[in-house]
Amino acid sequence: MSLWKKISDFLTSGYSEQAPKPTPSKTFEYIKDNSIENSSLKENSMSHTISMTVNGKACDGEVEARTLLVDFIRDNLRLTGTNIGCDTSQCGSCTIMMNGKSVKSCTTLAVQADGSTVTTIEGLATNGNLHPLQQAFWDEHGLQCGFCTPGMIMASVGILQDNPNPSENEIRHSLEGNICRCTGYQNIVKAVQSASKSMKGAA
Amino acid sequence: MGNYIGKSEKRVEDPRFIQGKGNYVANLSMPDMAHVAVLRSPHAHANIKSINTDAAKAMEGVIDVFVGQDLIDGGVGQMPVIWQVPENKIPVRWPLTPDKVRHVGDSVAAVVAEDAYIARDALDLIEVDYEVLPATTGAETTTGDGKPLVHDEIENNITFKWGLGDKEACDKAFDEADHVIEVDIENQRLIANAMEPRACAAQWTASTEEMTVWTTSQNPHIIRFGLSAVTLPEIPEHKLRVISPDVGGGFGSKIFHYPEEIILPWVAKRVNRPVKWVATRSESFMTDSQGRDHVQHCKMAVTKDGSITGLHVELYADMGAYLSSIAPLIPTVICITLFSGLYKIPGIWGHTTGTLTNTVPVDAYRGAGRPEASFLVERLVDMAAKELGMDPIEFRRKNFIPKDEFPYQTPVAFLYDSGDYHAMMDKAEENAGYSDMRKAQENAKKEGRLVGVGVSGCVEASGYGPAATVGALGFYGGMWEHGSIRVHPTGRVTVFSGSHSHGQGHETTFAQIVADKLGVHVADVDVVHGDTDLVTQGMGTYGSRSVAVGGEALVNAATEIRNKLVELAAHLLEASVDDMVYDDQNGKAHVKGVEDKAKTFGELAFAAYSGHSLPEGMDPGLEQASYYNPGNFTFPCSAHIVQVEVDKDTGEIEIQRYVAIEDCGNVINPMVVEGQIIGGVVQGVGQALYEHGIYDDSGQLVTGSMLDYAMPRADNLPMIESDRTETPSPSNSLGVKGVGEMGSISSPPAIVNAVVDALADYGVKHIDMPLTSEKIWNIINSNGG
Repeated sequence: MSLWKKISDFLTSGYSEQAPKPTPSKTFEYIKDNSIENSSLKENSMSHTISMTVNGKACDGEVEARTLLVDFIRDNLRLTGTNIGCDTSQCGSCTIMMNGKSVKSCTTLAVQADGSTVTTIEGLATNGNLHPLQQAFWDEHGLQCGFCTPGMIMASVGILQDNPNPSENEIRHSLEGNICRCTGYQNIVKAVQSASKSMKGAA
Repeated sequence: MGNYIGKSEKRVEDPRFIQGKGNYVANLSMPDMAHVAVLRSPHAHANIKSINTDAAKAMEGVIDVFVGQDLIDGGVGQMPVIWQVPENKIPVRWPLTPDKVRHVGDSVAAVVAEDAYIARDALDLIEVDYEVLPATTGAETTTGDGKPLVHDEIENNITFKWGLGDKEACDKAFDEADHVIEVDIENQRLIANAMEPRACAAQWTASTEEMTVWTTSQNPHIIRFGLSAVTLPEIPEHKLRVISPDVGGGFGSKIFHYPEEIILPWVAKRVNRPVKWVATRSESFMTDSQGRDHVQHCKMAVTKDGSITGLHVELYADMGAYLSSIAPLIPTVICITLFSGLYKIPGIWGHTTGTLTNTVPVDAYRGAGRPEASFLVERLVDMAAKELGMDPIEFRRKNFIPKDEFPYQTPVAFLYDSGDYHAMMDKAEENAGYSDMRKAQENAKKEGRLVGVGVSGCVEASGYGPAATVGALGFYGGMWEHGSIRVHPTGRVTVFSGSHSHGQGHETTFAQIVADKLGVHVADVDVVHGDTDLVTQGMGTYGSRSVAVGGEALVNAATEIRNKLVELAAHLLEASVDDMVYDDQNGKAHVKGVEDKAKTFGELAFAAYSGHSLPEGMDPGLEQASYYNPGNFTFPCSAHIVQVEVDKDTGEIEIQRYVAIEDCGNVINPMVVEGQIIGGVVQGVGQALYEHGIYDDSGQLVTGSMLDYAMPRADNLPMIESDRTETPSPSNSLGVKGVGEMGSISSPPAIVNAVVDALADYGVKHIDMPLTSEKIWNIINSNGG
């Protein structure tokens, strides 16, 4: 998919192809009923009750229609492992799993996630055991400052889910939605390769 | 040799990062915390005729709104410039500008509100009446007649002039030269874009009159000093705690003292609530000090046998709208001193004009002056080799400083400590399979494809010091480092370092150093940094200084601890101190030749604290603070060879092979070192191929988002083939040299040299970075390709 197609899709649909369609009908109606001209600060601050399953736990909260999913996760649920690195959906630091797909939570509204199942970096380890990708990032020195890391790992979960045996080239292309400024990506690619092997071994 | 130095220990900081437990400033939450948003100027240059904050103040959820004059009346100081050059003219800069905005993003007002969304909404309700003025841009063009003045009191927008070298020897070299190679280079504006946007928080404790500031800084102690001494004098230094917890990358952009570090504590005290501000990425683009931005007029004198005899550079450095904290250093002292590169060049003269424009201030960015120097040297060297018909590696070898001439005094002030440039280039040539690369290039040519091979070799000055030297060169601080070691009664060890890790892995490498010196298990050593209350003093991390300077401070502290351990063991064993040795493999002091007549580290730690039996005059306890003032800079170096292919149809550049040889002396943790090199190489690839901070004529930042400012992505790169030679530095006991910046210094010239090589048949001698596909396509298509 060309970059331009991705950008135009993003501009017209509000999010990339990976994002699920807004499922709860009330979200859709809200957007329809409150066109930009009609919206005001007051309406923005109207609260909506949402509920979702995050890292296996049922959560609910009151949010404004405009509240970003990432802010709901960080501020309401106090799960601060998901970071915010940009405001144009470019860096991928905020990547989470939503209904089984990796999604950038900075360009998803919290109300869009109503009723969904979300996994953040905090929910990846099971029974105190690191996920193979977490382990591989550690083993392969796939991180330095650590800020992009939760997003990189969550994106990699999505990559290996779609393609359990990716080539180096496929990994590199699949990671182009996530920016790392420290590592030069090399050890991140190696970590995904290594996790791909160890996950196969475990399966 | 100990148990840990030289080994690729896995990083102890990683478990928290891979589990989402990083402790970044933006994650901070305090009871009753309010949120700050800062209004930024949309204009590059405008007088502020009036500001009306009434509507914003009246908004529900807004606690207060402050403008520049409020802070000035409330006692804040001007933003300081802590590295100055002689006769520089320092522009006035306030944390919030009261009267005139001078770049897009200049700070105008601060809103405090109950939540971050409300704070940002309230910004829209602040009415600023701007009188828009014509703007000025361009490092050299901004000095022209009739250009708008960024600061009325600074004529021609020239803030300083600075020169270094032997002008006479330089003139002589050009008079006698057989060949003079000339090139004009624009080393473009870059934007650091550390993945963590800047953030700041502050908490005022009224009962004890203490202020705590959390900030995303590479050097919290310097920020504390700046606040107490200059910008926020109402909080004395001993009542101010500055904490920089986990910081998500810096690359220089988080060295500087920023307005929000003043605004937040000032506001916290006024509203008597904890406050937090987190930059959006758009704010980062508009307010983080940026990098590079030189126009360089360069010429090199060469004899017909291929010896470089002279280098003459007249350069203009765009400093932006104000001088950022250490900005005057970057295009002067730290740049021109590297004009000798790896080569013996008898006559060098460099001169810099620092200029002001209506753009974001420019300061240190990974490499900081050294990439700007190395790029011009390495481009000229390549052009000279081509003109003489010599192979670029042979030409370099002919001019390298031979290893038996170290320490080597250059004509531009530096005394290079050590190096073996020939061996380093030999290894690069061998690892690259250079002759095979050339064959591949020939074969490609026959097939009508454009393959190029590029070579670069660079030296850099890292671990700046000694203090007296940097003082003489214009720094207000010292550039020593502090470190202390606290051994607990149970034998566990806490290390406190004034260096700051924001990705470099100090918690691991410093633990390796101390564990080795004391002979303890690395897991028993914990490294603390980034908190001015826990770490007594510090100069922070930048300029590739942490192990060479901060590591040595810890070596000093560990040596004192060992001395005390030995003295205590001798006493307990009823032996003479002179008969004792310390076994740092096993962590015990024993009588020479009698290994079982020993006291272990743990026994001695407990004995030191129990104090039941101490030698006469020895105090209880086992704790040591040390400072290290470096005797000289260290001079790491590198040789890179890269093969590229240029797509004739699209102008796209593919990096096919990248071989990087670095010599950073001895190595504490090879895995971490390689990570630094590869990361640096890729950031340099960013400068060579993609990145460019572009302002239009009205001073608007055209590349103000990650959609517009291109950075390397995973799919732009091959695996970098990294390797090392090791020439220990004689300047410090560890024999180490800095490594954080070397990769980003060497890769831009390597890539550009390769692309120019690929396009040789099109008559191309130089292409300014970034080498965008459009630029390359135009070259191919304007020359009948």
